[in-house]
Amino acid sequence: MKRIYMDYSATTPVDKEVIDEMAPYFGKYFGNPSSIHSFGRDAYDAIEKSRSKIADILNADADEIIFTSGGTESDNLGIMGVAYLNKDKRKRKGNNIITSSIEHPAVLETCKYLEKQGFNIKYLPVDKYGLIRIEDLEEAISKDTFLITIMYANNEIGTIEPINEIGKIANKYDVLFHTDGVQAVCKTPIDVKKLNIDLLSISSHKIYGPKGVGALYIRKGVKIRSLTHGGGQEKGLRSSTYNTTGIVGLGKACELGKIRLKEDMSQLKYLRDELIKNTLKIELSYLNGHPIKRLVNNANFCFEAIEGESLNMMLDEKGIASATGSACSSKNLQASHVLTAIGLNPEKAHGSLRLTLGRENTERDIKYIDNVLPDVVENLRKLSPLWDR
Amino acid sequence: MADIYTEKVKDHFFNPRNVGEIKDADGVGTVGNPTCGDVMTVYIKVKNDKIKDIKFKTYGCAAAIASSSIGTEIVKGKTLDEAMKLSRDDIANELGGLPAIKMHCSNLFSDAIRKAIKDYRKRIK
Repeated sequence: MKRIYMDYSATTPVDKEVIDEMAPYFGKYFGNPSSIHSFGRDAYDAIEKSRSKIADILNADADEIIFTSGGTESDNLGIMGVAYLNKDKRKRKGNNIITSSIEHPAVLETCKYLEKQGFNIKYLPVDKYGLIRIEDLEEAISKDTFLITIMYANNEIGTIEPINEIGKIANKYDVLFHTDGVQAVCKTPIDVKKLNIDLLSISSHKIYGPKGVGALYIRKGVKIRSLTHGGGQEKGLRSSTYNTTGIVGLGKACELGKIRLKEDMSQLKYLRDELIKNTLKIELSYLNGHPIKRLVNNANFCFEAIEGESLNMMLDEKGIASATGSACSSKNLQASHVLTAIGLNPEKAHGSLRLTLGRENTERDIKYIDNVLPDVVENLRKLSPLWDR
Repeated sequence: MADIYTEKVKDHFFNPRNVGEIKDADGVGTVGNPTCGDVMTVYIKVKNDKIKDIKFKTYGCAAAIASSSIGTEIVKGKTLDEAMKLSRDDIANELGGLPAIKMHCSNLFSDAIRKAIKDYRKRIK
């Protein structure tokens, strides 16, 4: 059976060029980058090259990049690292952090953890598109605020937050600004200098790199407290032997992402818009997220009277890989916090479908979905007591 | 993740039995809540104190749909008293097991059939 992958926001395949770049670092250049001998130096050079490539896609400097194990660790290190250092300095800037109510769990759970330790966290609401309001942010800032952490783009509904305005506010009130860039990197141009971003989290496996590696951009002059204790790698901020292959892969993925950014963006946007146009022809279907301020690869829908996990399974049976924010597919049986925050009633939130596109998708895939999806929705509605027409 | 459903669950989900409504049903039972993500309606026709015909409609996940489908098969032809005794474990066992977090779905069917039978008994009083 033909299989179509449309869950690129969950993860991406590793690009062949990335695999080729990584391969020699498993065997030939296996040395520990921290060693003084030539084996170590070979690996060290590769790591520093990779650091520059990552800095390049953000308009950052190489020495502003720290390697981590992925997006989650980058978020944890960025937020807790700033928070713990701030605590050290005898509440120099108070103890308030501002975040949004639609963050990825890597940020939300970190904030909740800090809350238990006495930090004060303000969770900004979002409008029906998933955008925070700049007025709310400005109002939330007090003399106690030392950090704003608001995602660049949302992983479920694809909404791109007003990063430029948030950066300006952070600058105006002299508050640090961290952003979870996991979904945005390589899908939209990012300039940390122009945008006034102090810390930004990157994940490799979302951008055609290998899993288990990521990076944190930390603007020069910004101090954080390390969370891991050991050999003192990464200027003592992230002890652990370098994941050389992973780091080389992430670097190559960023290099390719930069070269292909324009082409990727226009191709994905075209396919996404076709997908949205086709799908909204289905009776009582809705697009979640912002119609324009959204990631080029994200389409998120709700269909009335059907449940998302059933929809995922029916589509899987037809060879289409998709995702949902339904409670039934989650571990805690709660509907997605993002869909709830944009004001969907639970019934609608349970009927959500996320299709996220990537480099391998073609127009033929979009046509296939258009052939399959309306029937699948209709069949589930025939089963549904909530559908009476 | 691992395949969380047995082949039997998938069979009943992809090819549900006894789907639909019975316009002149002798008893109807609806349970669940759209807020929680599942609603189930069961329609029964009764003859000589036995379930002669049964149909269902379910809004919910694969476990909820499969539980309804297999539940209708189990109780069809049974006496009302037998059907009243159907437990959630009976349904889960018949499906070859359900993930712990989905056990409430099998409960939904036993609740719905009981409600339909009670509805029938109330009507004939």
